[in-house]
Amino acid sequence: MAAALLSTFLLSACTGPQSVFGAAGREASAIEDLIVVTAVGAACAWFIVTSLLIYAGRVRRHRFAEETAQRFITWGGVVIPTVLLFALLSYALWSMPATRPWFDRQQADLEIEVTGEQYWWRIRYLNTSGDVAFETANELKLPVDRRIRVSLKANDVIHSFWIPALGGKMDMIPGRTNTLWLEPTRIGSYRGPCAEFCGTSHALMTLTAIVMTMEDFETWRQGRINKSPTSADAGAAFQRNGCPACHAIDGTDAKGLVGPNLTAFKDRLRLGAAANTRDNLFRFIRDAGEFKPGAQMPAFPMIPEGELNAIVDYLAGET
Amino acid sequence: MRIFPRDLETLWTLFTAPVVWAVHFLACYLTVAIHCAKGGGERQFAMLQFVLGGVTLAALATIAISAFLAWRQWGFGTTDPPHDDPTEEARKLFQGFATLLLSALSFVAVLFVATPLLAIDGCFS
Repeated sequence: MAAALLSTFLLSACTGPQSVFGAAGREASAIEDLIVVTAVGAACAWFIVTSLLIYAGRVRRHRFAEETAQRFITWGGVVIPTVLLFALLSYALWSMPATRPWFDRQQADLEIEVTGEQYWWRIRYLNTSGDVAFETANELKLPVDRRIRVSLKANDVIHSFWIPALGGKMDMIPGRTNTLWLEPTRIGSYRGPCAEFCGTSHALMTLTAIVMTMEDFETWRQGRINKSPTSADAGAAFQRNGCPACHAIDGTDAKGLVGPNLTAFKDRLRLGAAANTRDNLFRFIRDAGEFKPGAQMPAFPMIPEGELNAIVDYLAGET
Repeated sequence: MRIFPRDLETLWTLFTAPVVWAVHFLACYLTVAIHCAKGGGERQFAMLQFVLGGVTLAALATIAISAFLAWRQWGFGTTDPPHDDPTEEARKLFQGFATLLLSALSFVAVLFVATPLLAIDGCFS
């Protein structure tokens, strides 16, 4: 009863948007299979060894003959463990092409470049010639059933890209480009943490992957590529207070590259480490460190409240 | 002419199999790493697999010979361990038995090290 209760609690953590056991990608499914097979193999070994221990200690209380004991040690201590380990190793090796798939670049349906920054994700969608088509941050929109080539970079320290529901993790190393292939198989929203300690707000550096139909993705992508320019008046407060020095908004004069690109900000589900609401946005601009300790964005206590509200209005309406 | 030496009074008999295991490990991993770092193609990789397969067979054969020598030193299993008497004979038997066990471990380890060769298609570039 206690074991059943305990396993219920443990297994209840095996689902959700950030779980290897809720696989929504081809690589994640292969990893899930590998975990299950390995765990079952280990459980069998544990069960057999524990049963023998109980048998020897509780049931059979007299000595084995020396020859029997030696034979038992040879088989139970050498042959069977070697064969079992070899079988598990062979399975793990056999599944390697699926647990870390690799293709030629021309086989990609879509190319994305993700750069780890303290403490956010710079996401660049590339066009067919490999140039940047547009940039966004912290939300990775992906088409279902398409092969996606993700180039992983880092700008400051080592980060690690990991969306457990879609695939395995891979480090993002400054000065180096690593390549990961993702193939989402289920529509939905999945969470990814930074999987390598990168500083004070490491635990708050999260990524949301939104898997959508190809039609929805194409509509969104075209909307971003062909974004109509915003009138200069709308973003006057944004311009006046120096925000474009660090942030860019496509279709405007704001072309800063230090911080996240804020184009279509209204559509983002999250703002840094909190929900994307007007109140949170106001507080984030006032003091980003309140949400993300150690964030590169300085506090702005000097911006008058009216001006700050105008910036919030502008960003909240930025689609 | 003798193929095998009459007496094995050196610790090298004990170390032979683990050394072969270590050399085989380095041969496999370093060769593949260097080949891939130099941008090696698929056809060359198939050749590399073939060559390393040969190296693996040579390593296994060497370990098997080491095991045979150890078995002989142990007296072909005619006496049982632990061979802990303070005599030269017991020391020789103990060394033979330990070498035999190390050879078995090294044999399995070489097989485990070589298995990825069957699963790897080529280099990631």
